[in-house]
Amino acid sequence: MQPTNIFDPNYFHKVVDCQWACPAHTAVPEYIRMIAQGRYTEAYMLNWDSNVFPGILGRTCDRPCEPACRRVRTEEKPVAICRLKRVAADHKGDISAYLPKVPTNKNGKRIALLGAGPASLVVARDLLPFGYTVLMFDRDPVGGGMMRSQIPAFRLPADVLEEEVDLILDMGVECHFGYDIASMKDMLDMDFDAYFVGTGAPRGRDLDLPGRAESAEHISIGIDWLSSVAFGHTTAIEGKVIVMGGGNTAMDCCRTSKRLGAESVSVVVRSAFEVMKASDWEKEDAMSEGIPIINNRPPKQFVHENGKLKGVVFECVKAEQAEDGRLTYVASGDPDVFIEADHVLMAIGQENHCPWIERDIGIVFDKWDCPVLDEVTFQSTNEKVFFGGDSAFGPENIIWAAAHAHEAAISIDLYCRGLDLKDNRPPEGVNLVSTKMGMHEWSYDAEHDPRARLIVPHANKRQALDNIKIEVELGFDLRLAAKEAQRCLNCDVQTVFTDRLCIECDACVDICPMDCISFIENAEEAELRTRLMAPAMNAGQDLYVSGDLPTGRVMVKDEDVCLHCGLCAERCPTNAWDMQTSVVHIPQLGS
Amino acid sequence: MTFVAKPRIHHPHLPLNEIGLTRRDYEGSVSTLCAGCGHDSVSAAIVQACAELSIPPHRFAKVSGIGCSSKTPSYFLDKSHGLNSVHGRMPSVSTGANLANRELFCVGVSGDGDSASIGLGQFAHIVRRRVNMLYIVDNNGTYGLTKGQFSATNDKGSTNKKGVPNLYEPIDLASLALQIGASFVARSFSGDKQQLVPLLKAGLMHRGMAFIDVISPCVAFNNHNGSTKSYEYVRAHSDNVVNVDYVEDHAEITADYDPGTCEDLRMPDGSTLRLYKLDDKFDVHDRVGALNYLQRRQEEGEVVTGLLYVDPDAADCHDILDTVPTPLNALTEADLCPGNANLERVNESFR
Ligand SMILES: Cc1cc2nc3c(=O)[nH]c(=O)nc-3n(C[C@H](O)[C@H](O)[C@H](O)COP(=O)(O)OP(=O)(O)OC[C@H]3O[C@@H](n4cnc5c(N)ncnc54)[C@H](O)[C@@H]3O)c2cc1C
Ligand SMILES: Cc1ncc(C[n+]2csc(CCOP(=O)(O)OP(=O)(O)O)c2C)c(N)n1
Ligand code: SF4
Ligand code: SF4
Ligand code: SF4
Ligand SMILES: [Mg+2]
Repeated sequence: MQPTNIFDPNYFHKVVDCQWACPAHTAVPEYIRMIAQGRYTEAYMLNWDSNVFPGILGRTCDRPCEPACRRVRTEEKPVAICRLKRVAADHKGDISAYLPKVPTNKNGKRIALLGAGPASLVVARDLLPFGYTVLMFDRDPVGGGMMRSQIPAFRLPADVLEEEVDLILDMGVECHFGYDIASMKDMLDMDFDAYFVGTGAPRGRDLDLPGRAESAEHISIGIDWLSSVAFGHTTAIEGKVIVMGGGNTAMDCCRTSKRLGAESVSVVVRSAFEVMKASDWEKEDAMSEGIPIINNRPPKQFVHENGKLKGVVFECVKAEQAEDGRLTYVASGDPDVFIEADHVLMAIGQENHCPWIERDIGIVFDKWDCPVLDEVTFQSTNEKVFFGGDSAFGPENIIWAAAHAHEAAISIDLYCRGLDLKDNRPPEGVNLVSTKMGMHEWSYDAEHDPRARLIVPHANKRQALDNIKIEVELGFDLRLAAKEAQRCLNCDVQTVFTDRLCIECDACVDICPMDCISFIENAEEAELRTRLMAPAMNAGQDLYVSGDLPTGRVMVKDEDVCLHCGLCAERCPTNAWDMQTSVVHIPQLGS
Repeated sequence: MTFVAKPRIHHPHLPLNEIGLTRRDYEGSVSTLCAGCGHDSVSAAIVQACAELSIPPHRFAKVSGIGCSSKTPSYFLDKSHGLNSVHGRMPSVSTGANLANRELFCVGVSGDGDSASIGLGQFAHIVRRRVNMLYIVDNNGTYGLTKGQFSATNDKGSTNKKGVPNLYEPIDLASLALQIGASFVARSFSGDKQQLVPLLKAGLMHRGMAFIDVISPCVAFNNHNGSTKSYEYVRAHSDNVVNVDYVEDHAEITADYDPGTCEDLRMPDGSTLRLYKLDDKFDVHDRVGALNYLQRRQEEGEVVTGLLYVDPDAADCHDILDTVPTPLNALTEADLCPGNANLERVNESFR
C-alpha cells in the first residue's frame, strides 16, 4: 500500500466515527471533553455552530452517531452522545457573547425561506451574519416546523424548543407566519434574489382498505392528529385506540394517546419487531409505558356498524429470510385476528407533496414527487430555487435538515455573489495539535474507563402518563454526566506516526492493548489485512501505513478498535508516535 | 515508566489458545522499564510463546536475579509462581525450584551483569548440572539498572555513551554454555520476535538446560553509535544460521523453505523441532564446530543468531541424579518414610 496521507481531511475525520456519522459532523469528542471539564457553555456553542439545535437534538436526535461509536466495537454500548449534548444545553450559561453579530447594514440581497422548520431556520442563521435580508413564510402560527407540530411535549418541552427557535428568529428574520403558500409562481413573482424551500414532507400516507370510507370519522392520519394535539385543537382521545405503523410517528401517536385518556392503546405493525423503523429507545419507552407492540399483522379491513368503527381485522404472517438476507412475509396459517377499536391512528409513513409548486415554472420533479436537485449544491432545476430538509429527498430528521441547510446556505451565498456553486465552496481541512505536555503528561484524559453506559433517569411514570407536558427523561445530572463523559475514547486524539524517528524497537506493538500496530512487509491492502497482529476485518476502517522503515518493513496500524489510550506514544522512546488532536474543518458559510 | 494503566480489554477477535485463553491472559503488570527497552520485547515474546504453547499460567515458575532484566518477570505471567532473588543468584534458586517440583516449567531471566559478572560462578554450574529449565539472558552489554557501566559481555573497543572505550575482552555466554554442557543453546534479538518466539517455545519444551542469549538493547545507556548491542548494530551484523519451529505433532512442512534445508528433530515428548538451516556451513549438532563458528564470527564483528546447538536426547539433572519422578510436594508419608525394616537394613549396612 502507499503511505497514508494524513493531511487528507477525511483520513482522521473518518477515525472519529461519531463525527463522521453525524450528518452535520458535530465535533463530538471535543464537546464531550468540554462537558467533562465543566465547560458547558463552550460545549453548547460547539454544538450550536454545527447542529444549531443542541437542546432540541439532545432530546430528539435520531443519533446516527451512536451506532457508529467506536465503543460499540470495543465493548458493547455506545457513549450516550446525544444525552450528553442535552447536558450542555441544560447547564450552559449566558451565550450572548458567543453569538455571531448580524450587521445592520444589509447587503441588499433578499432571500425567501418557505417553511419555518429546522431546515429554513438553519439557512436563516447561516445567512443573517452576512448581511442578507431573510423572509420566512409558514402556514403555522409559529416557527419550528415539525419540531413543534409533531414532536410531543413529553419528549421536547415547549420552552426548550422556543428558546432555540427564537434565538434564530431574533437574529432578524422577517416572519410571515399564518401564511399559506398557495402558489410558487406567486412567490417567484415577488422577485427575491433566491428561494429556499423547506416545507418538509407534510403528507401522511393513508390505506384504502374495505370500510375505510365508512369509518372515516374514527380514523386519523397520525401526523395530522399529532399536529392538532400540538396546537391544542385535540385534547382527548376516548376508548380503545389502535396505532398502525412501526415508525417513530407510531411511537409518538401511541404514547400521546395514552396521555390523552385512551382506555387502551396498542401498536399493530405489519412487519417484524426487529425491522420496525422506530428507534430502539422509542420502542423501549413505549413498551415500558405499558403499550403492547403486535407484529406481523397486516391490516385487512375496518369493521364498522352504523357508521361507528368496531375494530380492525388483521392477517397473520410470519417473516422468512429470503436468499438475499431480506425478510419476506408469508401467511402463517393462523386465522385472521379481530382487534376492537374506537379510534385508529394511521402512522404508516409520510410523503413529499407540493401541489402548490406549479409544474411549469422550471422546477422539475421526479417520479416520487421529489424535486430534481444537485446533491452537492441543493440547487433545483430553477437556478434561483434551492431545497433542503424533508422537502429535498423525502422524510429524514432534524439533523439531516441542518446538514442540508448548511450546504444550501453556502450555495445561496455563492449564487447571490455570482460565483460558481461548485468551484468556490469552502474547502475541508484538518489541523493536528500535539497533546503532549511533558513526560507522561497529555492534555486529554487518556485512561480507558471500562464503565458500562449509564442510564438516563426518568420522571415518575404515573405522573408522566397523566400529563402530556411532563418530560419523560430527566437528563443526566452533572455527576452522571461527568461519569458518562469519561467513557468517550477521545477518538479525535490521533495516533500520528513519524517514520524517520522510529527505531523499530517494538515497544508500541508490545504495549498496545488492542493489537492495532504491526511492523510487517508491505503488501496490497487485502493481504495486509490478514497479516496484522490481529486480523483487520472491518473494511470500513482504514489502515494507516507508514513509509519504508530501515528494516524494509512498514508500520501498519488498523484504526478499527484503537482506544486512543496513548500507550503507544507513552512507550515510544523516540516520540515516533505522538497523540495529536485532529480538528476537522467542516465547511460552512464564512469558513 | 508508564503512568497510563494498560486497559484490560483486548481486540474482539484475539485468538483463543487450546485452553481457551488469549495472549493477554499471560501478561503481567505494566512494565516500569524505560520506553523502548529491549527487555520489554523479550517479555512480550515470552507471553506469546507461553500462550501459543497453551500451558496454563500456573504451571510456570519464573525466577530472576537483580537488574532491569531481572525485574521483567513481573511483567509476564502474573498468574504463575515467581521469585525475584538476589544479584547473580537466579541459578541456585532455580535449581531448588526445579529439583523440588520437576513438573513446573522453570523460566530463569537474568542479565549480562547478573550472569556474566556477579553470577558467573552460578551460571557455569547450573549449566554444568543441566538443570531442566529455560535460562534467558537479556543481554544489553551494560548494567542498565545502575546507569550504564560496561558489563562483562560488552565487546572490547565498543564505547559507552560518552565515547569511552571498553578495555576488556567480552565473555560470550553462549560459547560458555556450549562448552560446559547445555543441550540447547541459542542466540536471538529482542527486535526479532519471528525468530525469538519459536526459540522460546522450543527452549521451554526442551528437556534439560536450554540457554538463550537474547541481545536486548538498552535504549537509555547502550543504544548509541559506539555500541555493538544497539538496535542498529545488531540488525546490520546479524548472521542467522538456523531457525526453528516447535510443532506439537509431526505436521506437514508448510513453510516456504528449500526442502533440502529443512530437518525435523523428534523430541522425547513426541513433539517435533523443525529446523530451517539458513547457512549450509553450519551444523547444529556439532558442538565444537558451533563453538568455532561463534568465535570466528565474533572476531569479525558479526553476531551469530538462531539455534546454535541442540541435543534433544541429552540427560538432564534428574536423569543424572536419578531423582524421584514425583514432585516433592506430592510425595506422601508412605513414599517418604522407609519403614522400620528398611531403616534397620540401611543402618546395618553402615555398621
Ligand atoms: C411524529 C414525528 C416525530 C418526529 N420526531 C423526530 C425526532 O424525534 N427527531 C428528529 O430528528 N426528527 C423527528 N421527526 C422528523 C423531523 O420533524 C423532520 O425531519 C424535520 O422537522 C424536517 O424539517 P424541515 O425543515 O425539512 O421541515 P418541517 O419541519 O416539516 O417544516 C416544514 C414547514 O413548512 C410548512 N409548510 C409546508 N407547506 C407549506 C405551505 N404550502 N405553506 C406554508 N407553509 C408550509 C409547515 O407548516 C412546516 O412548518 C419527526 C417527524 C414526525 C412526523
Ligand atoms: C550484591 C549486589 N551487588 C551490586 C548490586 C548493584 N546492581 C544492581 S543491578 C546491577 C547490574 C545489573 O546488570 P544486568 O544484569 O546486566 O541487568 P540490566 O539492568 O542491564 O538489565 C548491579 C551491579 C546489587 N544490587 N547487589
Ligand atoms: S492509542 Fe496506541 S496503544 Fe492505545 S489502542 Fe491505539 S494504537 Fe494501541
Ligand atoms: S515504540 Fe516508537 S520507536 Fe519503537 S517501534 Fe514503536 S514507533 Fe518505533
Ligand atoms: S536502563 Fe536500559 S536496561 Fe534498564 S530499563 Fe532502561 S533501557 Fe532497559
Ligand atoms: Mg545488562
